[in-house]
Amino acid sequence: MREEPILQVKNLRKQFGTGCVECREVENRKLEKNFCKSCGTVYACQDISFDLYPGEILGIVGESGSGKSTMMQCLYFDSDVSSGEAFINTSELEGKNVFELSSQQKRAIRNHVYGMVYQNPVHGLKMDFSSVGNIAEKLIAAGNRNVAEMEATSRRLLESVHIPLHRMKEEPRNFSGGMQQRVQIAKALSNNPPILFLDEVTTGLDLSVQANVLDLIKKIQRDLGISMIVVSHDLAVIRMLADRTIVLLNGKIIEEGLTDQVLEDPQHEYTQQLVYSLL
Amino acid sequence: MKANTHFAFFDEGSKKEIRRAIMKAVAIPGYQVPFASREMPIARGWGTGGLQITLSIIGKNDVLKVIDQGADESVNAVSIKKMVHETTGVELTDRTEEADIIQSRHRIPEVALTKDQIIVLQVPTPEPLRGVEASEYVTKRMHSEDDYSGVWLMLFEQIMKYGKTATTADHPVYVNHRYVMAPSPIPRFDNSKMHQSDALILLGAGREKKIYAVPPYTDVKSLAFEDYPFTVEAFEDKQCHLCGSADVFLDELIDHHTGETIHQCNDTSYCMEQLNKVEKAEVESSYA
Repeated sequence: MREEPILQVKNLRKQFGTGCVECREVENRKLEKNFCKSCGTVYACQDISFDLYPGEILGIVGESGSGKSTMMQCLYFDSDVSSGEAFINTSELEGKNVFELSSQQKRAIRNHVYGMVYQNPVHGLKMDFSSVGNIAEKLIAAGNRNVAEMEATSRRLLESVHIPLHRMKEEPRNFSGGMQQRVQIAKALSNNPPILFLDEVTTGLDLSVQANVLDLIKKIQRDLGISMIVVSHDLAVIRMLADRTIVLLNGKIIEEGLTDQVLEDPQHEYTQQLVYSLL
Repeated sequence: MKANTHFAFFDEGSKKEIRRAIMKAVAIPGYQVPFASREMPIARGWGTGGLQITLSIIGKNDVLKVIDQGADESVNAVSIKKMVHETTGVELTDRTEEADIIQSRHRIPEVALTKDQIIVLQVPTPEPLRGVEASEYVTKRMHSEDDYSGVWLMLFEQIMKYGKTATTADHPVYVNHRYVMAPSPIPRFDNSKMHQSDALILLGAGREKKIYAVPPYTDVKSLAFEDYPFTVEAFEDKQCHLCGSADVFLDELIDHHTGETIHQCNDTSYCMEQLNKVEKAEVESSYA
């Protein structure tokens, strides 16, 4: 018996531009990093494949421009893929390439299966709606039409992310960055999604708040068994959270393995550089 | 030089285009059909959407009634009536029963409409999702994908803030179980009149360049949460100080001399009708 992955990604490709004779062939394209100098096409993600198992945290590291966020956007259907497949292991979606579903079906996946925490809370929250409303939005989208129920759920979630309840009806724009981020996490968790995406969640937060948010994420994983994909360029964050890690460079996976293994004994030249440049 | 205006102001090409938009709107209940809103001799936002519909569908034998928030004699209603009359010569009326076409700003008359009538509503903001999404491109997609969580969220926010849904007018409705529609800023009191209406309901937004419709005998359901059912404005124990009607939409007025609060029918022609009935009864009984 082997464990089945909850999310399988196969050969995800995302390019910006049409490509030309120089760069169309996958095997011998002449690129400057991920950029074709003759036609200007950017190959943001090139053949990314990985599995995510139930209850695990998968870390994704790489420098800026390595395709981390583009990959997340593709997985969360914020942007379309150029080609590739993804399979979610639930009874309704089994065997279906989710990239090829209709936009309604994709929205249903976002509402029922996925949770997303963006680097910038502006993208994940409606800043001029109350915090409670923000969480309810996701519940409403999933079909809930009972106010008392949704308020109770929001209250419980906000409490679990340490937002004082007397501020629950306040708009997130009045909150500090760390609080906004925690509201966003509460929102992402509101439907008990089996898969959670975290895109640079602690970037830009001060250290104590960072520790707070990381604690929270770890606790969520322990208590709820949610599978997560954590994107970060901060190796300390990856070391603390991730069970397995993937290293991206120029849109390609150059190394993957257990986090300790990758960070203690990096094989690829770039990973070595990355690990040893840690202050 | 004074040129003769064409019948009903518009050239036939314009009427044809607007009628086509109306046909499409009727075919897809609650769907906002874009149309080439014309420059009108009144300013946009003053009923140009309704007026364009009225002018496109009116015929020589039609009888027209125009009301502005229940009143037949308000400046806006009178100006529109005059303009249509001057360009068509159709008969005008205040009585709801006599009218073939009723153009209305923000009210549906108290007298039940019949299958031979058409009500044309003037709409300032046709997009029920505008409060949550500024981009037309996105709202169009949301409609096509049946994604109405934004509208529900607005109602949820109101409940959080005020303990109830606080839509004073323009409470969003589901039309034919598919499209969420702004019923134009009619009071919630009038929402139920749209449900399974005998009359055809046409809605026109001139500034926003949209026409939409509720065909006769279509289901229209006001949005409401399970534990916060839809309610209309309540006028318990209140009645019109002129005609005594109780189960109608009332305006609240404050008497400047006495400081007293009084209530009066919002639908002026209905009120007049009731008063005339009372007078007629009085006269007949005193002669008898």
